[in-house]
Amino acid sequence: MLTDAEIEAILISLQVAGVALAWILIPGIGVAWLMARREFPGKALLDGLLHLPLVLPPVVVGYLLLLTLGSQGVVGQWLNAAWGVSLPFTWQGAAVAGGVMAFPLLVRAVRLSLEAVDPRLEAAASTLGAGRWRVFVTITLPLTLPGLLTGGVLAFARALSEFGATITFASNIPGETRTLPLALYSLIQTPGGEAAAARLCAISVVIAMISLVASEWLARRARARLQGRDA
Amino acid sequence: MSLLELEVRQRLGDFSLELDLAIEEPGVTALFGPSGSGKTSLLRLLAGLDRPEQGRIRLNGEALVDTARRTWVPAHRRRLGVVFQEARLFPHYRVRGNLTYGMPRHLAGRFEAVVELLGIEPLLARYPATLSGGEARRVAIGRALLSDPCMLLMDEPLTGLDGARKAELLRYIQRLAGEVEVPILYVSHEPAELLEIADTLVLMEAGRVLAQGELDALLQRCDLSEALGGFDAAMRLEARVEDHDTAYGLTHLRLDDGQPLSVPTLQAEPGQRVRLRVPVRDVALALSPSAELSYRNQLAAVIDQAWAPPGDPTTMELRLRLGEQMLRARLTRHAFDQLGLVEGQHVTALIRSVAFARREL
Repeated sequence: MLTDAEIEAILISLQVAGVALAWILIPGIGVAWLMARREFPGKALLDGLLHLPLVLPPVVVGYLLLLTLGSQGVVGQWLNAAWGVSLPFTWQGAAVAGGVMAFPLLVRAVRLSLEAVDPRLEAAASTLGAGRWRVFVTITLPLTLPGLLTGGVLAFARALSEFGATITFASNIPGETRTLPLALYSLIQTPGGEAAAARLCAISVVIAMISLVASEWLARRARARLQGRDA
Repeated sequence: MSLLELEVRQRLGDFSLELDLAIEEPGVTALFGPSGSGKTSLLRLLAGLDRPEQGRIRLNGEALVDTARRTWVPAHRRRLGVVFQEARLFPHYRVRGNLTYGMPRHLAGRFEAVVELLGIEPLLARYPATLSGGEARRVAIGRALLSDPCMLLMDEPLTGLDGARKAELLRYIQRLAGEVEVPILYVSHEPAELLEIADTLVLMEAGRVLAQGELDALLQRCDLSEALGGFDAAMRLEARVEDHDTAYGLTHLRLDDGQPLSVPTLQAEPGQRVRLRVPVRDVALALSPSAELSYRNQLAAVIDQAWAPPGDPTTMELRLRLGEQMLRARLTRHAFDQLGLVEGQHVTALIRSVAFARREL
């Protein structure tokens, strides 16, 4: 039903988006918590920086990644020297690019959700003997779950559809960094590729729909529990 | 050694808190004062939810806060069970999960007893969102109690409940106070609650402690009348049940000085001692007993003290002696002068039968 090239593109896309989500999840929650609950100097600046990938052209983000994480970049050189890791032109690099682009969406959703958590419940938990970490894990995080799910799906979808930063930083290598959007782009560039492009287009729509429905279902379950209904 | 010693100073906007208090006795201590007098702020300092600018707090001899020595025990290590004004149950835990949230393992054996004491067995599998106000408060009390506290802090736990639910929850709290050994600090601004529940009293006004001590002793002080609720204030009388009159639905009681008293039927056995609440507003005075009045309870009393509240030219506060017990009345100064009342005078206290509420002893 699906051609090998299509399956390959789908698998690479899911892998890239999955890894992208995995590496930004914990930092995303951390930063969202910081933004929602703490006052510190430079908070406005950090807020601006966080939103930067949303407003910059993705190609610029990809180029900045290349400058910092590339073989000549400061971080890139360190990564190479310390761990023997080189990110550009690899699927891991594509995951980094997708993650960077998805980060603001995740942080925003989780932050809004955290701000909606009643701090009085956390205070109540602490008077019951729960330390800060236990309060976070047993009260704050579960109450943030609907937002976390929404943010996670948004971030996953963003990483899945990422094009500009990925092609700039990780290039468009078949079997390595050629995700669905990149494969689609390649087909459009190829004379006579219209039919195959249409198929990829349909596949993208199906994947997007599945993740949306799944997240809606999960979020509804989580909300139902918070409102005291058995889901 | 005091149970609790507290001496703190804190500025909250243009309101300043300067508190100095000690709780010596176990039992129920009421923290009483009008809204905005700093009761909840005090509770938050005690629970470790706010830091005082200056001062110290000691619980059972252990320093919780001492700003001079930079001592600070965080909220979760204070072992103070707090029952907040709103129940603050965790919406994603069932009632059982809420109850066991702060429960140390060694207290697991007490679970059944606490659940039974508060009558929350049928609720265990439900989520908080499905509970009524009164049920949620009871679960919150159980949750605090099961966290093995050295002291239970209750912040106006009856707020927002209707009359019947209030009375019901108050009965549960009274039962609890009688059965568990945990001292209770009960925050309230309702004079009626105070008399129903408290043994000792800390009276607050504008961020200061106005007076503290045994409740009955403070109730007798005319100068505290206004702070204790003014016209809503009440006194306590103790009496012994004589018998019941089923035809009229009355219970006959006898005061310690031998005077009879009838009240609407009490659920108490003959011979049992009961505590009654007599609101100041339900006490009137006559120069002599009279069969021509509708007041059925006419008690011989002596004016122990007459006091004119400064700044209020219209009223007189009176303290009446009935044997060893005291009663308070509030008259207009006009009536006081026209009747020619003086301290030491024998008078008749007229009490409406319906004014009694009781608390078992």
